Amino acid sequence: MIHRRRIEFEVAGRVVGPALAAFERAKKATRGKRAPKKDSPFGPPLEATRKLKELMTTHYLKGRYADGAVPVAWVTSGFPVEILRPLGFHAVYPENHAALCSVQRLVPELSDVIEKDGYARDLCAYARTDIGSVVSGKTPVGRLPRPDLLCCCTNICQTVLYWYRALAAHFQVPLFVLDTPFIYGSAPAHHQQYVRDQLEELVTIAEKVSGAHATPDELADVVRTAREGTRLWGQCLEQSRAKPAPWTGFDGFFHIAPIVTLRGTAACNDYYRMLRDELADRVARGVGGIKDERHRLLWDNLPIWFDVRGMSTLLAERGFNFVCTSYTNAWAEAGSKIDPADPIGSAVVAYTHIILNQDLPNRLEILSRLSRDYSVDGAVLHSDRSCKPYSIGQIDLKQRLSRDLGIRVHVLEADHGDPRAYAAEQAEGRLTAFMESFS
Amino acid sequence: MSVAVAVGVDVGSTTCKAVILDGSGAVLASHVEPTHPRIEDQARRVIAALRDQVGAGELPVGSTGYGRKRVPGARALTEITCHARGAFRLVGKGGVLVDMGGQDTKVIRLGPAGDVADFAMNDKCAAGTGRFLEVILGRLQVPWPEVAPLVRGASRAVPVSSTCTVFAESEVISLVAQGEPLDGIVRGLHQSLATRVAALAGREVDGEVFMSGGVALNDAMVEALALALGRPVRVLPTPQLVGAIGAALSAR
Repeated sequence: MIHRRRIEFEVAGRVVGPALAAFERAKKATRGKRAPKKDSPFGPPLEATRKLKELMTTHYLKGRYADGAVPVAWVTSGFPVEILRPLGFHAVYPENHAALCSVQRLVPELSDVIEKDGYARDLCAYARTDIGSVVSGKTPVGRLPRPDLLCCCTNICQTVLYWYRALAAHFQVPLFVLDTPFIYGSAPAHHQQYVRDQLEELVTIAEKVSGAHATPDELADVVRTAREGTRLWGQCLEQSRAKPAPWTGFDGFFHIAPIVTLRGTAACNDYYRMLRDELADRVARGVGGIKDERHRLLWDNLPIWFDVRGMSTLLAERGFNFVCTSYTNAWAEAGSKIDPADPIGSAVVAYTHIILNQDLPNRLEILSRLSRDYSVDGAVLHSDRSCKPYSIGQIDLKQRLSRDLGIRVHVLEADHGDPRAYAAEQAEGRLTAFMESFS
Repeated sequence: MSVAVAVGVDVGSTTCKAVILDGSGAVLASHVEPTHPRIEDQARRVIAALRDQVGAGELPVGSTGYGRKRVPGARALTEITCHARGAFRLVGKGGVLVDMGGQDTKVIRLGPAGDVADFAMNDKCAAGTGRFLEVILGRLQVPWPEVAPLVRGASRAVPVSSTCTVFAESEVISLVAQGEPLDGIVRGLHQSLATRVAALAGREVDGEVFMSGGVALNDAMVEALALALGRPVRVLPTPQLVGAIGAALSAR
């Protein structure tokens, strides 16, 4: 049985996924290249986007056949997946899946399923979407594989603790909680020791669940790959220091998927190498993500997944581009600290220093640095109803950024997942007023 | 005689305001009426009527408010920009402008040159707006002209903790049922609202505070706001027309 599942899993990843992609390519080729709309405020579409779709489609397709074939772990976005990969785990990222659901505006439907069971609408939309999807079995990706192990890390929020406990109760599988104490200033030695002890325990548990063992070299290889992937992603983002930025911050929200879900794999790195080269080429040719870049902005917090298109168009039409976001940048920062020479010790540092696990002075430093490095003349801080850890302190951050850097800053109330917690008309009005204040 | 140069239309959630300005930015004619669901028709009619009033032909039009995009042929700008421009035209200096309309409350910081240095608005619901007062005063059967004397005469304020229009309405009903005095409840309502606006204004309220919007016509609210902010609040002349004036200035 396991043997058959394994064959299905490999065929899905190696044959069916690429074949579907080739079919899509062929279909598009026969239709001919669609000319971009003349009145579009955006630059030419990125060639890499097609490859991104292929990569993610194949990832989710493989996932359908993963359980029973390979060990499956469901992990939070800030979990040190590098420790699981050499043991052959297929990693599922419920947050990425929830973002996908949000883009397709499925959150209300999935959330309704568990609101009936008493889950409050005030909970994070990702948590509601994920649990709703698990309970109802509804997903836009066909099927998510059943986990053998659940892994959550408190470096992004405390909600994950209760969210993953709910998953553990549902699936009746072990839950590993990696607890990373919040950083005020810098992490003291005893905090680091505490996290190190947990990571060593994780290795034991993951080996037990998977029945596999990884040599130090195998672990170091994955860490090396993950670090390179993170650096490549960082290089993609850095292309936007150029004027005009070769892509939009909103593009970045979508192209982030591989570094989140496929970090530590060769496919991830191949992809970002290709993307970086394309972006560098656009910079060399002066091609912008929007046609007429007049103002450069920073975005703080997660995107409003279900309205990314509408918002990016609203901005692009007026010559505004989010050239950097603290969210996409987070994936270029923490991972760059991991080190194949010391996988566990460096993971301690990397995964406790996630932006959301740091105090306001640290966050201010990150936002100020990004603002300077990317020469922005304004910032929008998304006060995200679903993500309080990311939204707390934004009034102070706003005051400091505008005072210290002399840039215009606006706090926009919205939600990263649930359109019911979002007033599109009001948000559009506020953003428009913000943009008008530049003239 | 002054020559009409521009029309400004502010289609708000409750009322539609329109002005015609002369070259110096002075209002030659104005009109206020409840907002009609067919905004295009209403805007056309109101503009034509104002033009007839001053004997003007075709004029450039600026629009603002929720219905700004529905005003035919107009240059549409947000209320933030238009209120700022309108207020600056009226006072000629920077400061803090509190605009309380039917569905929005805005706090706009005006730079010394009349630019929008910063702004904050109420959350997406109508808490802390004119609509909130309208609903609850309607429920208490207190007509507008009686509001200010009633509030001033109250011996104490009965705290109203909800700022959600729906919850506050239920809260007020239960306060009435508990035998709390009407004047105290109305004073409590104004205080609750003013505290909320003061929170929106934030910690750093410096410079003069101006007020615009339909709610500025309610003296009790102006007084409650001054108390909450700890500084005088100056109501702009024709507070309801400030947005429309700003729109007309932008049309040129």
